[in-house]
Amino acid sequence: MRAVRLSAVTATATVAALTALTGCTEKGGDASSDRVINVTATDSKCEVSTKEFPAGHVELAIENKGSKVTEVYLLFPDDRIVTERENIGAGTKQRVTAEVKAGDYTIACKPGMKGDGIRQDVKATGGTAAKRDPRLDKAVAAYRTYVQEQADATLPLAETFAKAVKDGDLKAAQKAYAPSRIGWERTEPVAESFGDIDPKVDVREDGLEEGQDPAKDWTGWHRLEKSLWKDKKLTARESELADQLITDLKNWQTRVGKANITPTSMANGAKELLDEVATGKVTGEEERYSHTDLVDFKANVEGAEKSYELLKAVAKENDPALVTELDKQFAAIDTLLDKYRADKTSYDFTSYDKVGDADRKELSDAVNALAEPLSKLAAAVVVK
Amino acid sequence: MSENPQTDNSPAPSRRSLIGWGGAGLALGAVAAGGAVAMTRGGDDVDTVAAEAGAAIEFHGPHQAGISTPVQDRLHFAAFDVKTEDRAEFVQMLKDWTAAARRMTGGQAVGDGAFGGLAEAPPDDTGEAVGLKPSRLTLTIGFGPSLFQKFGLADQQPDALVELPHFAGDALDRNRSGGDLCVQACADDPQVAVHAIRNLARIGFGKVVIKWSQLGFGKTSSTTPEEQTPRNLMGFKDGTRNIAGTETDRLKKFVWVDEKAGPDWMVGGSYLVARRIRMHIETWDRTSLQEQEDIFGRDKGEGAPVGKAKERDEPFLKAMKPDAHVRLAHPTANHGSTILRRGYSFTDGTDGLGRLEAGLFFLAYQKDVREGFIRIQRNLATDALNEYIQHVGSAVFAVPPGVRDKDDWWGRTLFSKEA
Repeated sequence: MRAVRLSAVTATATVAALTALTGCTEKGGDASSDRVINVTATDSKCEVSTKEFPAGHVELAIENKGSKVTEVYLLFPDDRIVTERENIGAGTKQRVTAEVKAGDYTIACKPGMKGDGIRQDVKATGGTAAKRDPRLDKAVAAYRTYVQEQADATLPLAETFAKAVKDGDLKAAQKAYAPSRIGWERTEPVAESFGDIDPKVDVREDGLEEGQDPAKDWTGWHRLEKSLWKDKKLTARESELADQLITDLKNWQTRVGKANITPTSMANGAKELLDEVATGKVTGEEERYSHTDLVDFKANVEGAEKSYELLKAVAKENDPALVTELDKQFAAIDTLLDKYRADKTSYDFTSYDKVGDADRKELSDAVNALAEPLSKLAAAVVVK
Repeated sequence: MSENPQTDNSPAPSRRSLIGWGGAGLALGAVAAGGAVAMTRGGDDVDTVAAEAGAAIEFHGPHQAGISTPVQDRLHFAAFDVKTEDRAEFVQMLKDWTAAARRMTGGQAVGDGAFGGLAEAPPDDTGEAVGLKPSRLTLTIGFGPSLFQKFGLADQQPDALVELPHFAGDALDRNRSGGDLCVQACADDPQVAVHAIRNLARIGFGKVVIKWSQLGFGKTSSTTPEEQTPRNLMGFKDGTRNIAGTETDRLKKFVWVDEKAGPDWMVGGSYLVARRIRMHIETWDRTSLQEQEDIFGRDKGEGAPVGKAKERDEPFLKAMKPDAHVRLAHPTANHGSTILRRGYSFTDGTDGLGRLEAGLFFLAYQKDVREGFIRIQRNLATDALNEYIQHVGSAVFAVPPGVRDKDDWWGRTLFSKEA
């Protein structure tokens, strides 16, 4: 498989080299200006200088002539993002570039950075056609739905948790803590892709950046975890933190469905979920006060399994042995985790401080056994 | 010399060039390997140059490399437990390991290399040995007694492969002992040895897991008597009388399993005992020179046995104290038994009390564990050295014969029905 792919790459490179040679005298002329698309955004319009352009390196020259901050997206037909630029202030210009293969696209301007935006259909022509596997588009769409569902389902659980904190009900808050995190843990790589939400809701004290004050700047689940299990008291500060958590999670809920998701990012996201388990959960570091690490562990595995299941049909064609191995290792880790809960429908897992060193090693071995083949999933869903 | 990164007339190609040149690289690898083979036969000047430049050691042969091979400077030893219950899957892993070991000992990267492959996938090779010389890397596999309880192999366990008895003074840590199989990686460059174990562990994920591992430096034994005998962390020369790689007769008598010793699948193999021996460095360093020399039965400067002038003078055991280490360990005190040692010093930082967590990672090869290590170690029960050392880790392995050629694989004689 690989040799074929390499020769295809070589062929493409040769074509590119020829193009470069013939095109060099026209440098700065029409050949390159063809690929600059002027996008003029206002509060009610999204005008583009051309609706058809040659495939290849494309530059969007964006000018915001409106009164609101806007953002501009170049999208695949299924709304996957090719490239984007956020926070384009009123009266400012921005440039953004992308490698675009032949096919249909949409340019969307979002005045006020809200909603679906004002859209223009565009077309990239010539060059190599973007080979698209409709099954992968469906997988991405299904996964997008999944991450949104997880966020939607998390909010009420988080609100229950926040209410218990604000009511000063230590016991109820402790009980509601782990369940409120499951949806987040299932889809964490997507949430992390936004950059700003994760440090607010899921940071641990030692994850604070230099110069941050734990008393002021440490927010989110783990800060409350410490109050609930270590300090064992709930004050006005904890109520504030509970409100803040809900605000931040709502931000996540509104943005998560728009995340840049591709088949390879789904595959690598699955691997990253296992990495989360390997570095944070098997060590007991993640939930050092509540010891609910196995709940996160299970949720991470479920999230990874979701991505995998959606990509499986394509992966099976490209690398059947990999799929056999992944099926086996997912089953093995699920069986192993079931040892730590009495009821397979509940998320009441053994407290991690009760899990001995030998059992932790066994869990760690199972994570390695799954994560290693999972790291090969992305290559198996690359469109060849 | 061995750490000299580049010499113009270096006969050893770098890993990078081996990866990049394809066919040419393979040819160069063969030349380097040829030089190393000649070297093990007892070197002239040309071969010494090859060794110093970090040449490749031939992977194929009747015995595994890494036993009678001239001892390299560095070690990464890893013991694994088998997780899979699927014999075919385990055998496939042994084949994959063999293929990777063949490439790595030849100075080449694993699989498709460390870069240049698919952007979306992690590279086959971890990459930290790119640009480094083969560094005389040897990889040696062994099978522990516990492996024979798996895959229906119980009746294949050699009589000579016994679990070690408890020896006086043992304080064994379960987490540093045993293992279904082991890989000994020796090289002149520690990064090359670590790279090899890391890549094998990676290939093994899901099939085997690392149970424990040990890094070693500063070889404490030599299989090349023409070189200076190295010193252990106590400052003494150790292994003066070790079996040399050129001593065909002694290797045959004490190290290699033959048809008579059996079983058939082990012919050409050997048995490995690994012991992690912690040294009480601080108390040793407070011991008077006289006592140190009495304990070993040799002087500290030259390494000469008590009453003799030169290191290699034949020891007169009765001149030594009855509990002197050399006196108790000597073949004549052990019914003629001797072993091939290729141990390394280790220093794993300090323990919680600020004491050096250091000592000797002892590796011994022999034809029969009962007549080798067990007999000698029992005799060492009264060793005066015991006050300053403690055995904290222990494992024993059957080391199968060498991989014959490019179609052969580690463990074939045990796992293949045709064998």
